[in-house]
Amino acid sequence: MKLPFASLAVALALGMPSALFAGSQDVVAENAWARASIGTSRPGAAYMTLRNTGEEPVVLTGLSTDLAMMPDIHRTTTDAQGMTSMAPAGELEIASGEAIALEPGGLHVMLMQLQRPMVEGESFALTLEFADGGEMQVDVPILGIAARGPEE
Amino acid sequence: MRRRKLLGYGAAGLGAAALTLFAGWWQVDGPGASVAAGQRPLPLGEMAFRLTDHEGRMVGPEMLIGRPSLVFFGFTYCPEVCPTTLSDISLWLDGLGEDAGRLNVVLITVDPERDTMEALSNYVEYFHPAIQGWTGTDHEIAQAVEGFRARYEKVPLEGGGYTMNHTAGVFLFDAGGRHVSIIDYHEPREFALPKIRRAMEASATGSS
Repeated sequence: MKLPFASLAVALALGMPSALFAGSQDVVAENAWARASIGTSRPGAAYMTLRNTGEEPVVLTGLSTDLAMMPDIHRTTTDAQGMTSMAPAGELEIASGEAIALEPGGLHVMLMQLQRPMVEGESFALTLEFADGGEMQVDVPILGIAARGPEE
Repeated sequence: MRRRKLLGYGAAGLGAAALTLFAGWWQVDGPGASVAAGQRPLPLGEMAFRLTDHEGRMVGPEMLIGRPSLVFFGFTYCPEVCPTTLSDISLWLDGLGEDAGRLNVVLITVDPERDTMEALSNYVEYFHPAIQGWTGTDHEIAQAVEGFRARYEKVPLEGGGYTMNHTAGVFLFDAGGRHVSIIDYHEPREFALPKIRRAMEASATGSS
């Protein structure tokens, strides 16, 4: 009787790391890029695709970077009259096996209160924070101000 | 009892449908219609506003007549929509090759407070050289937006500062200053280029 219990305890103990970070270690960031800025007074923007390769849904709750005081995920929307606006997107859930695209015209990383100019050819570190306590650092290459995406 | 309940649901459903229809009418044709809905921009020749371009020249809508024009609204503190539109337009212009030189391409700022002539000049140089930036007083900007039947509004940001919501489409006019079409924000290049070519052809036939 003792043996199965002990093995269960071991299994639980081994299971702890994934219980602690339920799923966020399975997130992969692809094709990250940002546009260069002119100085520091204007906000910057960054883009990437976040893919959840795990079995559990994950929730992106926040961002941090030393590049900007207020990094946040925003969503650009266009109304029926063609007027566009941006608003904070809030927490983002990525279902198991799904990906969300942060791309021009939709969801994107807004980098408000830049601490230094974003220079073409350089890159910066962006930390993604997840609801399970997990964190992930993404290296974001800075492309030209007129760049359209990572492939061009 | 059951039947009455169903009738009740039916009446409620009809009520909801009528309300939806009324709401639709109110927003589209009725007094609730926004200025922009279904209204085409005025011909350039009927607009009246005085602005300054990014090189300090006095400009107005009449200066666009004579060549086909692409005109759009934006602001240089815009991190997302405006650089995307500007790089889209730069790509279309590259696609037109030498014909791009036959077009007027104008960004009119909706944020004259921050977009001074110098700020615009500093900004447009990063994009296609055909793109001009126009700015001016609040009143003249409002006049321009009104002429295009576009919209804009200032939105305070959490943590200070503000951003601008604005009509993001690109307005196309023929050489006679008549409105031809709008390229919606983020419309794929394969749709945008033929629209621009049509505006250029409309100009060719219109002037003959």
